[in-house]
Amino acid sequence: METTLTQPLKPLVSLAERVTKADLAVTSCFQCRKCSGGCPLTFGMDLLPHQVIRLTLLGQEERVLGSRTIWACSGCQTCTTRCPNGVDIAGTMDWLKEEAVKQGFDSSEKRAEIFHRYFLESIAAGGGRLSETKLLRRYTFFKLRRKFDLADIKQDLRLGWNLWKRGRVRLCSPAPLRGKAQITEIFRKAQF
Amino acid sequence: MKVTYYPGCSLEGTAVDYAASIAGIAPLLDVELVELFDWNCCGASSAHSLNHRLALELPARNLALAEKAGRRDVVAPCALCFNRLKTAEKALLAPEAAEFGVPFQGQIRIWDLLDFFTQAAYLETLASKVVTPLKNLQAISYYGCLVARPPAVTGKTDFENPQNLERLLKVLGATPLDWSFKTDCCGAGLAVARPDLIDTLAQRLYERALQAGAECFVVSCQMCQANLDLSQERISRKFGKDYYLPVFYFTELMGLALGHPQAPHWLSKHLVDPLPLLKGKGIID
Repeated sequence: METTLTQPLKPLVSLAERVTKADLAVTSCFQCRKCSGGCPLTFGMDLLPHQVIRLTLLGQEERVLGSRTIWACSGCQTCTTRCPNGVDIAGTMDWLKEEAVKQGFDSSEKRAEIFHRYFLESIAAGGGRLSETKLLRRYTFFKLRRKFDLADIKQDLRLGWNLWKRGRVRLCSPAPLRGKAQITEIFRKAQF
Repeated sequence: MKVTYYPGCSLEGTAVDYAASIAGIAPLLDVELVELFDWNCCGASSAHSLNHRLALELPARNLALAEKAGRRDVVAPCALCFNRLKTAEKALLAPEAAEFGVPFQGQIRIWDLLDFFTQAAYLETLASKVVTPLKNLQAISYYGCLVARPPAVTGKTDFENPQNLERLLKVLGATPLDWSFKTDCCGAGLAVARPDLIDTLAQRLYERALQAGAECFVVSCQMCQANLDLSQERISRKFGKDYYLPVFYFTELMGLALGHPQAPHWLSKHLVDPLPLLKGKGIID
């Protein structure tokens, strides 16, 4: 993936500093590309993992926070496991996702962000445990509103029906926990 | 032997078959699973993607509860739960742990369920209890990502080429096959938001498994099971293929080989029906 620059890069020096402060040593990267070599999801990425690390180090905030790559990363930890310099690449991807949401980057991969947000809101609202059924229903409504491909939604309904027939859809939500107040406190402290 | 059991949210929902098979086989190995009282969701991929604090605090509460429960061993059947619990354990035992304000001394041992049930002593017991050997079942082990990686968190040494599923399959009389993709990613938590990515990842796994001569997958993670089983029909249609690769939980195969009367019922919940394969092998009448 070769990139031609059309204008001078304006580095944001603080980006690498902030990432490093979060114990993610992007400065240790010597671009061996082992992370990109082993990554199973490169086919869904616009930047390869080693490029994300380099661009982060170079302070190219918009490039990395607005990339599709950070949202295609499944967090499988292959890169982090194999990095010869101990760079937590998957952890860096997570940090960048969180930062992109904080800064309101309108990601082209909004789907994953919305799904994750609904997931966490479902835990908070349900008093500690996830109701898969409620989460999937809410996410399907989101897809309907965004007028996603109808074939895609038909697919979901077919799958839902197949799971229902086999007793794998639980309609009643998990009961709120005794420690519901602790869960609320955890969410409050995390400012979510 | 009593152990603390942390089932996780999926096992109360789409993975009820996994939950039932675990509850079915544990007594056969003299293991009493005591569900962790008042456990909460570990936050899964969603927490570590959007809020690193939640990603530690949610599992941390479970660790504190588990330690209070007083049993040394804590088993988690879900790879993601296991991974999040181990990550939180590491954070809670680090020098900066005070900031969490969670009481935790590290007096528990967190196990991935597969590792727990494939300890040498259990394999010996299993060997003596097999009544229906899974003869000629060409099975491919698929471990997925998060029980093994990253080793700095999981503490595993065989993270590139784990072998315990293969050892188990041999004990159960099946034929474990070798391949190079046993710890490759199935897409995990992207299943709902990015089925397009799952299609490519899972289709690659089907093709590679077939090349190795596999008739079925054996997994120890309900996300792997879901992505390989629930998506198989869709992927077959998309790629114009006719894949037939049932996806077993290792606990289901233990139940089958040990003659658990409920085993066919667990299997009836799969989308890719394993009965034709098992009948063809004479494992089920």
